[in-house]
Amino acid sequence: MGAQLRVYKRRIKSVSATKKITRAMEMIAASRIIKAQRRVAASEPYAKELTRAVTAVAQGSDTQHPLLTEAEQPKRAAVLLITSDRGLAGGYNSNAIKAAEELNARLTAEGKEIVSFIVGNKGTAYYGFRNRPVEKSFTGFTDNPTYADAKAVSAPLIEAVQKDTAEGGVDELHIVYTEFVSMMTQAPLTDRMLPLTLEASGAEEAGGKGVLPLYDFEPSAEDVLDALLPRYVESRVYNALLQAAASKHAATRRAMQSATDNAEELIKSLTRLANAARQADITQEISEIVGGASALADANAGSDR
Amino acid sequence: MAELHVELVAADRKVWSGQASLVVARTSSGDIGVMPGHQPLLGVLESGPVTIRTTGESGNGTVVAAVHGGFISFADNQLSLLAEVAELTDEIDVERAERALEEAKTKADEEAERRAAVRLRAVTAAR
Repeated sequence: MGAQLRVYKRRIKSVSATKKITRAMEMIAASRIIKAQRRVAASEPYAKELTRAVTAVAQGSDTQHPLLTEAEQPKRAAVLLITSDRGLAGGYNSNAIKAAEELNARLTAEGKEIVSFIVGNKGTAYYGFRNRPVEKSFTGFTDNPTYADAKAVSAPLIEAVQKDTAEGGVDELHIVYTEFVSMMTQAPLTDRMLPLTLEASGAEEAGGKGVLPLYDFEPSAEDVLDALLPRYVESRVYNALLQAAASKHAATRRAMQSATDNAEELIKSLTRLANAARQADITQEISEIVGGASALADANAGSDR
Repeated sequence: MAELHVELVAADRKVWSGQASLVVARTSSGDIGVMPGHQPLLGVLESGPVTIRTTGESGNGTVVAAVHGGFISFADNQLSLLAEVAELTDEIDVERAERALEEAKTKADEEAERRAAVRLRAVTAAR
């Protein structure tokens, strides 16, 4: 076998091995998307009811709750960035990080100090490499987040919001995650969680159901709000984590699908090259034999004379 | 008979939904019973059993669930019970809850003890 042909054969073998791996990863990601999507759907009733309740209290009472009112001079803002622990997901992590960078730049321009909270190894590594201060980071559950994980992430956030700004608290709470729009589309999203923007949610509510009824609060509007808002933050974080997980799996699936396609393409062109090399080898061998034979014939003819 | 629509949702799933004639739950200021036509209400729930008298399509009967904190909200004959964790009594493994209660008591883990106690209370209430 010619040296050239052997090299091609070896490369085809290695590319087909890679293709097998990427194909398997694609399948795994595809099955995980379905699961993740189902969990997003299952968490929706709770989030919807909770948002409704928060809107109802905020609208139906004149309470000046610290979590609802805008600070006159917001100085510090917490930003929660949700990335994944593992890569091989195309532009998934870099898109989320880019969205966070844009938000950070905007908040800094408004004169606010950023307090960063990060979920996922990729985001932590990005900030670590650039020596950026990170208030707290969380890893190890991004593929399959549970409500307990969301609680763990939310606890320091809620604590920071409830503290005074002078004592290291924050005035605003932002969240950056990847929204799962569909199997093909996942868009990074930046959202302000607190203080609540009631105009937006109120209008949405009014569009669907008309004005909310006047509620009777048990025990009191303040107490209900005190209890509701941490749960609201937790449920928003939980929903964001679930959507981010679904998006990550979808991004992985797409990345692995194109890797598989590329591998197929590569195998095809390598096979062509290998065939050409084999043909070249054969042609050369034939011409060598023919050349050798005619040289012998010529030599014999010479000795006969 | 008038009926109200109940949705019992936990953070990660919908636990129960259907028609009911009466819902009794424990709020932070005492037990509260909600019947159809109640005035709009929003309250904070204590950990404890929630009793739902079902009617209509869901058939006449009683559904009891263990609810670990959460909220009750009622408006337009729609009642929603929101809880981080909620379980119907037939989902509760009594033996396991008893074991958990013992364990929590020996370890002096108040959280776990409360959780297990609520489960057991709900099961007793259902009987």
